[in-house]
Amino acid sequence: MTSAWRMIVGAFGLVALAIGFLSIVFLTAPAAPGPDLARSKNSAKGLYSVAIAPEATEPKQGELHAWVVTVKTRQGAPVEGAAIAIGGGMPEHAHGLPTSPEATAYLGDGRYRIEGMKFSMTGWWQLKLGITARAGADEATFNLVL
Amino acid sequence: MARSLLTKLIATAVIAVVAGCSDTDFTDAEKRTIASMSLAALAPLPSDPTNRFADDPGAAALGATLFFDTGMSRDGNVACGTCHKIDRQFQDDLPRGIGVGETNRRTMPLAGVARDPFFFWDGRRDSLWSQAMVPLENVLEHAGTRTAYAHYLKRRFGERYERIFRPLPDLSVLPASAGPYGTPTEMAAWAAMTDAQRDGVDRIFSDIGKAIAAFERSLVHGKTRFDRFAEPLAQGRTPAADDELSAEERQGLRLFIGKANCSTCHTGPRFTDNHFHNTGVPQVAGLPPDRGRIAVVGEVLADPFNCLGKFRDGGEEACGELRFMQKSSPELVRAYKTPSLRNVAGRPPYMHAGQFASLEQVVEHYASAPKSVEGETEIHPVALSEREKAALVAFLKTLSD
Ligand code: HEC
Ligand code: HEC
Ligand SMILES: [Cu+2]
Repeated sequence: MTSAWRMIVGAFGLVALAIGFLSIVFLTAPAAPGPDLARSKNSAKGLYSVAIAPEATEPKQGELHAWVVTVKTRQGAPVEGAAIAIGGGMPEHAHGLPTSPEATAYLGDGRYRIEGMKFSMTGWWQLKLGITARAGADEATFNLVL
Repeated sequence: MARSLLTKLIATAVIAVVAGCSDTDFTDAEKRTIASMSLAALAPLPSDPTNRFADDPGAAALGATLFFDTGMSRDGNVACGTCHKIDRQFQDDLPRGIGVGETNRRTMPLAGVARDPFFFWDGRRDSLWSQAMVPLENVLEHAGTRTAYAHYLKRRFGERYERIFRPLPDLSVLPASAGPYGTPTEMAAWAAMTDAQRDGVDRIFSDIGKAIAAFERSLVHGKTRFDRFAEPLAQGRTPAADDELSAEERQGLRLFIGKANCSTCHTGPRFTDNHFHNTGVPQVAGLPPDRGRIAVVGEVLADPFNCLGKFRDGGEEACGELRFMQKSSPELVRAYKTPSLRNVAGRPPYMHAGQFASLEQVVEHYASAPKSVEGETEIHPVALSEREKAALVAFLKTLSD
């Protein structure tokens, strides 16, 4: 074998190795990191600390269910008498919630029951809570992946 | 020597690359989605607390009789079964259903219907029993009146009815034919009745709905080729050779749950999310404008037979779907209920007014995603090759036995 021929073959080998390596990386790579799934956070302007939890079990696709939203001041005092507006949808599908959920009861200790939630599809959903209480109006957005 | 080693290396690399786009194996995520669409994943039929006769076999038997009885119509020629044909998936193969006259919508198949929260293409009723009362009074369908049905029921099935439901009131003093949707004379006769008389007739009428609903709860989907393939796959087994899908069908399945996005709406074992969507299906020339869900929000909320009305059995906690339904979103404009795709190949034409004659046309529609005549379509165009379109159609055909 001439040395030029050997180099050509060697280059081919390297390319082949690189392709093999890349395809393994590609096949085993984890999916792109998803959205922030925290269930408690400060509201956008920082007026409230807000936490959400399903009232019973984790929601299943297509089932009407309820959430409990806990609203506290940044200092941790429960916020009473808040008006909560509920919105959201699927950012990747550009549609809103399939139902119109409402805050139906104050459960004490800054906790509010949200009824009428439904996730009609699997995927990435956003739940947007507009909170108006004595400290002012603010908003918190939660990501949920079904 | 060196060369044969290199050949091997190249071959390995090529195999690794090809494995990435191989058609034979589904990924774990794909397998989970496929498993979720298998009929075996269907939950048991939930009870219907708003109809305490829902699971009463006597009520279901009476409902079956009424469903196929042409006596339940003004001219004695129309039964539910006239349009919902028992040997045709409970539909009629026509672009628009024909009773006493021609309606503006495609007759819907009924298997699995008891699982839905709302009924009709636009969801203008919120229970199976309140749905059944609508065609009975629709002038284009059965075209009868409430008091006529009450008289007929007493005459033909009085004893059976009383055994299941309740004693019948004295009907002899009531007009032979009166109701809120009849001729002007019949409407006037209805208005002239006392509240108690109207109430008694409404009670019988809603019981007729509840009997028919009890019957309709028994209509279910059977296993198909797709299920015989998906079920073993879900259990980590290899489907038997007879149950394998062809390469084309598998490609169609992968497109359905992947690139073509069909399973976002046609999801779960019934291939429906039970919700309403604008998919840009064209209006039929010559028919009055049809605005879909948005046009009937007020109607279902005002229906005296809805879940919040006095004809419901059980408690109000069963009424969540009605209480929290979406009432004003722009997404409701020309939004129609996502139909189940089970057995879809056996029932052209397709869509709410029979707009498309074949599955090929349906797939073409999704690929091109035309603008909606009103409101925004939720469908985005996808580039599908002719082979991919054919594969989608081939997959849809596996949803039939
Ligand atoms: C003239 C033909 C015709 C007759 C008769 C008829 N239907 Fe229908 N049915 C239709 C059509 C058309 C639709 C869709 C109508 C719409 O969306 O406006 C429908 C819809 C339905 C639905 C809703 C299915 C779903 O998935 O939402 C049910 C349930 C149903 N019919 C049951 C009945 C019963 C029970 C009777 C008898 C009391 C009956 N139908 C009589 C044509 C008919
Ligand atoms: C955004 C939700 C959505 C998506 C995504 C979607 N569909 Fe549909 N599909 C519907 C709705 C809603 C209808 C009824 C529309 C109408 O009648 O106006 C329908 C109707 C159909 C029908 C006719 C069924 C019948 O009984 O008339 C077929 C077949 C169908 N879709 C297949 C598909 C395929 C294949 C895809 C993927 C290429 C797909 N759908 C994607 C919502 C969707
Ligand atoms: Cu979505």
